[in-house]
This record gives sequence, structure tokens and C-alpha cells, in this order.
Amino acid sequence: MSNPAPTPRADNGVNVDALLTARAALTDAPEGARFRWRATSQWLNGTHSRSTVDGFYGLGAEQRHRSSFEYDCDHPEIFAATDRGATPVEFVLVGLAGCLSAGIASVAQYRNIQLRSVRATVEAGMDLQGVLGIDERVRNGFDGIRVHYEIDADATPEQIAAVVAQSQKRSAVFDIVTNPTDVTVTVHKA
Amino acid sequence: MSGTGGGRAVDVVVIGGGHCGLATSHTLAQQGIAHVVIERGEVGNAWRTERWDSLRLLTPNWMCRLPGRAYDGPDPDGYLRAPEVADFLAAYAAGLQAPVQTHTRVQRVSAAEGGYRVQTDRGDWRCRAVVLASGACSRPVVPTLAAAFPPDVVQRTARDYRRADDLPPGGVLVVGASATGLQLAQEIRRSGRRVLLATGEHVRMPRLYRGRDVQWWLLASGLLDQRIETVDDPARARRLPSPQLVGSALRETLDLNAVQREGVEVCGRLVGVRGRRVLFSGSLHNVCTLADLKMDRLLDAFDTWAAAHGREAGVEPPQRFEPTRVAASPRLHAELGTELHAVVWATGYQPDFGWLDLPVFDRRGALRHDRGAVIGAPGVVVLGLPFLRRRKSSFIHGAEDDVREIVADLAGHLDRCARRPGCATLA
Repeated sequence: MSNPAPTPRADNGVNVDALLTARAALTDAPEGARFRWRATSQWLNGTHSRSTVDGFYGLGAEQRHRSSFEYDCDHPEIFAATDRGATPVEFVLVGLAGCLSAGIASVAQYRNIQLRSVRATVEAGMDLQGVLGIDERVRNGFDGIRVHYEIDADATPEQIAAVVAQSQKRSAVFDIVTNPTDVTVTVHKA
Repeated sequence: MSGTGGGRAVDVVVIGGGHCGLATSHTLAQQGIAHVVIERGEVGNAWRTERWDSLRLLTPNWMCRLPGRAYDGPDPDGYLRAPEVADFLAAYAAGLQAPVQTHTRVQRVSAAEGGYRVQTDRGDWRCRAVVLASGACSRPVVPTLAAAFPPDVVQRTARDYRRADDLPPGGVLVVGASATGLQLAQEIRRSGRRVLLATGEHVRMPRLYRGRDVQWWLLASGLLDQRIETVDDPARARRLPSPQLVGSALRETLDLNAVQREGVEVCGRLVGVRGRRVLFSGSLHNVCTLADLKMDRLLDAFDTWAAAHGREAGVEPPQRFEPTRVAASPRLHAELGTELHAVVWATGYQPDFGWLDLPVFDRRGALRHDRGAVIGAPGVVVLGLPFLRRRKSSFIHGAEDDVREIVADLAGHLDRCARRPGCATLA
């Protein structure tokens, strides 16, 4: 045996080389790094609406998803609604979990850590006295979000904790929910 | 040497009479290279005029050394106060008989025939090489949102701040959780004021580990000598904030737990101002987790090194420290004018090369250099910036190795100049 056994490479299905190449390219071409994400939404009835995601802008051009994605938003029956889709605030939790888990897979791949299972539980507290206008001191939104990960991977608990921490540090949705974002809403009578 | 440019001619102009400039002067003199050191005030000016009263070095005195001189006072494990650092530098300059031109401000450095022209408020110099040793901490960095604070809220930078009693009565927001931010938060809290500490990413370290100063571990284990070429992400390594340390007689650890015990309220990073309300990030848990994990990895590395190098006998058993305590629901906002009356910005420093009239800056305005050799300006070098060549580059004791290498490069540059036709005389 002249060659030692190759070091096993973790495979979490993330193309880290492509990400690193993109990072290098966008360092030199900052305008290509400016993306615009979009969704459209159509009100259907009551609290039920349907949002569509298909195009976005990035790398200096219009881009399209492989297909159009549709999401129904509604509210549960205990709100006297029709419950034809997730509550909008639940979409926020979906976005946060999706972003953090994608980050965990990417960071683990970069650190050559093989993941076997990654399971997130996300829970957010909310006092309805805010949205219902009962108490002005209560905010409309969450009073806190708790994310818990159960992760099985070829790594020590400290290494896994470091991957999860790094994923938060680089997460867009984590940033969006933890830091203020300016929101401008305009309207036009159709 | 007379030329059309006017002014005095010298091989090398060193800009800045701090530890780097003086160490360079020492090493240039050893090689017989003619030079002058231009200093805007007295030697060690920033240590006398731009630091707060209680500041002490983060490194123990036994580490305080420059080429040809080391601390030899009675307290090797203590930490020099800022004026004592200035005195140390003044004694060093006097011992060297360094050619320092004090009270001279550089106004412009530009390219000229055969080299460079250095214009000052006390005459011009023509030279073949320029050493930028004006320091890494010339200008405080203040985030743009400072402009959104109401005018009745007093603002101070770490450079303007001297002592807590200069602040108005009432609550104080300290922004930044590096060594500076923690030291000022603790001191202001001890003056009886309410203090909120806005905390982003930070570097946590114990003052003493296994009975030894953490700086001893960093030095002995080789971390401070680590070269920039061996680092995964050099840009990030150079941006790292200073570790949460204080040089005090008690040699105590200064971390978020310590300031919280004294009643400082730790909040997330400052992320916005809306009218009279300041907003803090909800990322406090994560930045504390990151810092705790990173500290434990550092301590693991120390332990591994001690075991591998037979250093266990000289130190106490391994220790681990309590994780950073974070309130279950850290506060996300505070009110200016009622809760908070002053803001202290401990948000870092930048070098200031505003007088450098050469095409050597990147699109963000940062000096482009390769381990100190300024790109696009042969013969211009910079010293003393964080992780310039080694992790210790911005430390006082870190100057010696960088200066030795960079002066050797400069000597080569001067030799090449001397051999090049048309470069023999400075215009």
C-alpha cells in the first residue's frame, strides 16, 4: 500500500467549492452581489391569501426559480378564519428554520463535519393583546423566539454548537428578525 | 544635495514617534541608514494626550520591550499606565539619541523624483523611503447612526473620554464590548451611574489562566508569533476586536459576567435609533455563545500545548469558566433623555493616513499593503497595524520582529535606488 486511505470527505449535499468561488467572484464584483427578492400576494377571501414566488434579481440579471412556488396564508379556526394555510407569523418561523438549517449544512460541510440528522423546533411567544389593540404596551410581534436543534453528526458537542453559532452569525433571516429593517409600503388604486 | 524640490534630504522619513517609529529608528541607526522621525507632539504623544486616565496596558510589564530596551522596573507582573508608557518611550528615545523632530505635523506625502516628498508645518523633506508609524489607533470609529442621536445626548469617543465625572449625571450607554468598552462600562458604573453595554461580537479571555497571565500563554504557546500567511482568513484576523482584558493591580478578569455582577446591564449590539429610542439586536445570546465557545477552544489549545511541551509543572490544573450569563429576555430598546443621557463610543479605531497623497488606498479607503509593504508605492512601508505580519504586530513587544524584517527590506530598496541611474540624487 503506497497510498494512505483518503480522508473521508463529509457530504451534506452542499457544494462548498461553488460557494467559495462565488464569494471570491463577488468580492471583486460587488454589484453582482446586490440581490432583490420578491413575492407577490393575491387576496382571496377573509384572511386567506396566496403568495407566489418565482423570480428574483441577482448576479446582475433577472433570475427564475426552477418552478413557481405558491403559499397559502390564512388564520386558524379559533380566529373564526378558514385555516387554509399557515398563519403569516408561522411563515416567519419557517423562514428562520430554513435559513439556519441551510447555514448549518453549509458550515458543517465547510468544516468537513458529516451531518446525519438535523431537526429544529421553533417556537415564538406572542401576546395577542398587542395585535388586538387591547394594551398599547404590548408589541404586535413575537416577544421572543426559541429555536432548538437536535443534531446527529460526526463531531463533538462543542463542534456542533460552534456550527450552529456560526450559522446564526451568517443567517439572513436571523438578522432580519433580530435587527430592525426599514419597511416602506406604497399603495395605488387599481 | 540640492534639487528643485527644496527641503532637506534624508534616506528615510519615519512618520510617528511612538513605539514603532522609535524601534524603526533604532534599527535604521544600527544599519547606518540616515533618517528622521517626525512626531506631531512629544514622543508617545497619544499615550499622553489621547487616552483615558485609568488606562493601563493589556500586557504585563515583563512583555514591555523594544529592540535594545526592556522594562526593568520593580513590578514585572503589573501593567503600565498610559503616562508610564509615554515615559518608557521617552527614555527609549533619549537612550537611542533618536533624531526625532517633535511638534511637527505631516501635511502631505507625495511622490517626487527619486522617491518621496514629505511636507510638514516645519519644512519639507525629500527621501527615498517613508515609514508610516503613526499608529493603528489614530481616529475613533463611530458608526453612522451616531448622527441620529438627539443633540441633548452627550456623545464621547474613547479618545475624548477621560473620566466618568466628565459625563453628565444619569444613565450612560457604552457601545462596544472590547477591552475599551468593558473597562469604561465598569468605571462609569462604579461612579454610581446606570450603565447599558451594547454588545456585539467580542473576544473573551480570563486575565489569569492556570495561575499565569493569559498573555504568557499566548506568547509561550506561539500564538502571538503566528504569521499572517498561516491564517485562514487574514482580513478577519486583522479585524478582530481587542480581547476583554484589563491591566489592574488585582489581575482580575474583566468579562461580561464581571461587569454584570457590578450592575452593568448587557444588551445586544446597537442597531438603530428611532426618535428618542435606541434599539438593540436580538443576537446577544449568539454573540455570547460564540465568544464562550471560542474562549474554550483557546484554553483547549493552551492545555494541549502545555501537555505536549512539558509545561504542566509550572502551571496550575486546567480551568473552565462559567458561561456568559445572558438575561432570559435581554432588553431590545432604551429611551434617550430619560434612561440614558450620554453615549460612549468604544467602537474601535482606525489609522489616519489623510495626508498620504499616493494612489495606495482600496475602494473602502483602506491602505493596501502586503505585510507592511505599501502596494503601489515602492519604499513606503507601514508598521504597527493589527496582525500586519504576526498576531503580535500591534503590541509594543511585537514591533521588534516586524521592524527587523521591514528595515531589511528597506535597506534592499535603498541599495537598488542607489544603483539606479537618475535615482542617485533626490529632487
